Amino acid sequence: MVTYVFLAAAALAVIFAILTVVPRNPMTNVLSLVVLFFAMAAIFAILGMDFLAAIQVIVYSGATLVLFLFVIMLLNIRKVEPFGSGRRWQAFIGTLVTAGIGAMILVIAGLLLPEHGAVLPGVAEVGTAIPIGRALLSTHLFAFEFITLLLVAAIVGAVYLGSRDDNDSG
Amino acid sequence: MTPAEMVPVPYTWVLALSAVLFAIGAVGVLLRRNGIAIFLSLEIMLNSANLAFAAFAYRFAAGHATAAAALDGQIFVFFIIAVAAAEAAVGLALFIVLHRLKDSIDVDRANILRW
Repeated sequence: MVTYVFLAAAALAVIFAILTVVPRNPMTNVLSLVVLFFAMAAIFAILGMDFLAAIQVIVYSGATLVLFLFVIMLLNIRKVEPFGSGRRWQAFIGTLVTAGIGAMILVIAGLLLPEHGAVLPGVAEVGTAIPIGRALLSTHLFAFEFITLLLVAAIVGAVYLGSRDDNDSG
Repeated sequence: MTPAEMVPVPYTWVLALSAVLFAIGAVGVLLRRNGIAIFLSLEIMLNSANLAFAAFAYRFAAGHATAAAALDGQIFVFFIIAVAAAEAAVGLALFIVLHRLKDSIDVDRANILRW
């Protein structure tokens, strides 16, 4: 049962990843990415990572993609260049290289496969907010504080870039 | 119900999905010229990395009896999501500036390395 849910979510993820990359309309791209993120949240939930599934929906779909939508509407971007326009050889080499990367990773995953077919899940409550929060504020406290610093720097940088410095304001 | 019956998904399936998503995102980054589309493809690639972290956290939660490995993988994903949010904020601000200067977000038109 869980296997079928996983396969459905994986198929959904691949389809909507393609719909994120290929269509010309940026709005279609962003809304497809929302569906992709929901499918990934479903996969996290299947793997027993409840907290990650929640923040995938809340932070990614709720905050980051709304930012994308906001910018698309603010700049009033209509249809843009078709997929793969530009230099033909560049598109050819790009497709070739990425197909190679994908095949390589798939081969590596296939080499790992005979080791353990089906993996047993570990401790049941390892994916909830309680152990993750405890680890964030004890073992990974420095990295956690550093990420807050990064976010502040990003906010300051974004506000600075967004401010018009025509004559007086900087 | 034992844990083995609860989650019968092999972790290599998750890794394979991660590889496919990464390849799709890489194709998008290489073949699109629209800045927003490149950014969205970048988000797909970041998410495929998240998926790989989650797959290994899932795998090491199993055999090795230490929950710490599983927890570390999930904390990596948490940090990647935070960094992706910061990156999206700064990158979109850059595209707003580019649109203000060039009246387009086609990355081929950002060809003058000065104000």
